Amino acid sequence: MNLTLHVWRQANAKDKGKLEKYAANDISPDMSFLEMLDVVNEDLIAKGIEPIVFDHDCREGICGTCSQVINGIAHGPDDLVTACQLHMRKFNDGDHIFLEPWRSRAFPVIKDLMVDRGAFDRIIQAYGYTSARTGGVPDGNAVTISKVNAERSMDAAACIGCGACVAACPNGSAMLFTAAKVAHLGLLPQGEVEAARRVRAMVEQMDKEGFGACTNHYECEAACPKGIKVTFISRMNRELAKTLPMAHI
Amino acid sequence: MILDGKCPTGPIEKSWDKHRQDMKLVNPANKRKYKIIMVGTGLAGGAGAATLGELGYNVEAFCYQDSSRRAHSIAAQGGINAAKNYPNDGDSIFRLFYDTIKGGDFRAREADVWRLSQVSNNIIDQCVAQGVPFGRDYAGYLDNRSFGGAQVSRTFFARGQTGQQLLIGAYQALSRQVKEGTVKLHERKEMVDLVLVDGVAKGITVRNMITGEIESHWADAVCLATGGYVNVFYLSTNAMGCSVTANWKAAKKGAFFANPCYTQIHPTCIPQTGDHQSKLTLMSESLRNDGRIWVPKKKEDCEKQPHEIAEQDRDYYLERKYPSFGNLAPRDIASRAAKEQCDDGRGVGPGKRGVYLDFDDSIKRLGQKTIAERYGNLFDMYEKITDENGYQRPMRIYPAPHYAMGGLWVDYNLQSNIPGLFVLGEANFSVHGANRLGASALMQGLADGYFVIPYTIANYLAQVKPGEVKADHPEFKKSKEDAEGQTKKLLGINGKKTVTEFHRELGKIMWNNVGMARSEASLKEAIKRIPELREEFWTNVKVTGVGAEVNQQLENAGRVADFLEFGELLARDALHRDESCGGHFRTEHQTPDGEAMRDDENFCYVAAWEYKGTDKAPELHKEPLKFDNVHLAVRSYK
Repeated sequence: MNLTLHVWRQANAKDKGKLEKYAANDISPDMSFLEMLDVVNEDLIAKGIEPIVFDHDCREGICGTCSQVINGIAHGPDDLVTACQLHMRKFNDGDHIFLEPWRSRAFPVIKDLMVDRGAFDRIIQAYGYTSARTGGVPDGNAVTISKVNAERSMDAAACIGCGACVAACPNGSAMLFTAAKVAHLGLLPQGEVEAARRVRAMVEQMDKEGFGACTNHYECEAACPKGIKVTFISRMNRELAKTLPMAHI
Repeated sequence: MILDGKCPTGPIEKSWDKHRQDMKLVNPANKRKYKIIMVGTGLAGGAGAATLGELGYNVEAFCYQDSSRRAHSIAAQGGINAAKNYPNDGDSIFRLFYDTIKGGDFRAREADVWRLSQVSNNIIDQCVAQGVPFGRDYAGYLDNRSFGGAQVSRTFFARGQTGQQLLIGAYQALSRQVKEGTVKLHERKEMVDLVLVDGVAKGITVRNMITGEIESHWADAVCLATGGYVNVFYLSTNAMGCSVTANWKAAKKGAFFANPCYTQIHPTCIPQTGDHQSKLTLMSESLRNDGRIWVPKKKEDCEKQPHEIAEQDRDYYLERKYPSFGNLAPRDIASRAAKEQCDDGRGVGPGKRGVYLDFDDSIKRLGQKTIAERYGNLFDMYEKITDENGYQRPMRIYPAPHYAMGGLWVDYNLQSNIPGLFVLGEANFSVHGANRLGASALMQGLADGYFVIPYTIANYLAQVKPGEVKADHPEFKKSKEDAEGQTKKLLGINGKKTVTEFHRELGKIMWNNVGMARSEASLKEAIKRIPELREEFWTNVKVTGVGAEVNQQLENAGRVADFLEFGELLARDALHRDESCGGHFRTEHQTPDGEAMRDDENFCYVAAWEYKGTDKAPELHKEPLKFDNVHLAVRSYK
């Protein structure tokens, strides 16, 4: 099939950036979206035009590197997939497709479709871990964990840190990402002991990075390629409320 | 030269404990005076950097990804082995050790494998403490599953995302050290050279992938944990950025490259659909428990729909050729058999490089519901990629390069032959021998990172004065100029072919001649053609853009340039190894029923290659392998 791409081109963080039009010809429906971009890029190189810069790595939906807003939707029109798992059969011959980077103040554009998601790492560095030292820990079976909690913790831990939740949110909020980590560790006895300090530190860092607040649009859940639920946000709010002085009276 | 692996002597059960007692320590107050560079932040690198930081060393960790959480270890699915014997089914450290030595077809070092088996139990405890949500039973205890190559249930798992969860554990431990200030992270920086001062590793040269700047970084010791090289085949299950560059640059500076020809080909991957394809996706090998593998008997039937092909016109070739194992034949045999059918013109699907994996009989016997419960997520994944319903028509599968057992040569301390250069995880050659069992790669990465390097690097550093060489040393300047020179050269060629075209061509040469089955003739062909392609690359490649900014074409060009040299070494190693073993199969050496025939008389050694120049033959060094605890035997799963 033949398609027309409208791609956001931005030379660097300071450049204003604009949409450019490119033809994507002879595209097979079996190609992944990123393979389609590979084909377009090969064509651009042959014409002496600089290829489109986009982030990608594992191309099997788990590394969380790829990040594109496709026709206004983070990771494109298919459910529960990243852009690398989106296939061209979801599009029709003659379609116009619009490609943009994640748009959020906290994710500055580096070039074209590539953004800087360092803010996510800094939220984890704030307290997204348990303070276990290497070695000298008890046997793995010394502390039992209910299957239900282990499974719910795993539901939250499935987050790949891609940032689609932020890109989809009208407020550019990182609540789903942060809440997933708070739940992943808070649901396990190993992480529960420092839960209060964790939630405070992570939320503080989240605000410092310039992410917006959550106003219950649920766009994050709709965009999440791993199906992380917004109920984790309520859980995080409860954890946070517990740390307030009033909660202890 | 005969290489010494410096393995401890005495009873193997006490070897690691004794060695730990014998090694020197660094005083806690002195640790912060030492700087260690870790390249790569996957399971081995992430775990290693976090632990070394926690101990008090100054650590600088580098990765090419935008976050250390995205290393390719994240894509491992199945699980991680440990000899916990929680299920009480007779497992022990010795059994895990035995299975791993046998699985590796007797081409791994005993002492290293023993240590891996021993520390495997610590790994599980460590990961639990970090909050890895392993599968649990209803009583709250850790659950286990069984995996290929073992008769006990020793595999721990976190759904189908074990690698992801273990990596997130290491990443979180690393993040904690970043906050503590012991680890400094350098994301989006790619190592382009190793810097030696008087023959000792003292730092690295990197390209900042955002600004394009070539930077020098000094250290008292350098660790490489940069993963495997199977992207030399172009199509593989590896992430797009996986390359041999860091290892190869180290090899060009004198580090020996061991057993490069040992590559693992995984039989159960989704086949290629066309030339545009960029990578291959692995599906779980467990599918072969209930699926039957076949191809049409007649070439003219290949274009037909599978249900139009009558039962008597189907060739269930694995059941026919290996009646005792059938569809569960070992990975290397199943992979080779699929290739043979396709080479014979009876492959199915686009490009005719595929065989059917048919669940029809199982669905009739067990019902679709049972099959969906067992493998539902894999059927979903298959449908996403191929747009075909695996319940209604047979899936199509084909083998794909998956893992590198070869890597830089290291001694028992994980130190290469270059003092101060340590190599961890898939990047070294140490424990897998010629083949890797399922659920053992995650184990190795974390063992090296959490429990080996923190001890062994101290022994080295205790004998080195901290901060002796800094980045203003002339060797750093020279290395930087070399890297800048390569950038300039690549950008200046302005030829006709893209980097990807060269990579694809190299991949074809490698896959057809140095892939699953190799012969003297095919290897000689590869050794002839790779230098020709390399020469063409340096005169006809087209790299757009400039060096001083984000330039993904330039990054790829550097990686492919290294693959074009390394691929030749891989082929040379395969040619010299005139035997079949594990993932290395020479068609000249097989039993009548297609099993690999090892030659212990002549090849029971590690082949470590010394680089002598791009257009010169490398020099072979040998490390003889000794088997005192497991007797050399024919590897048989019958």
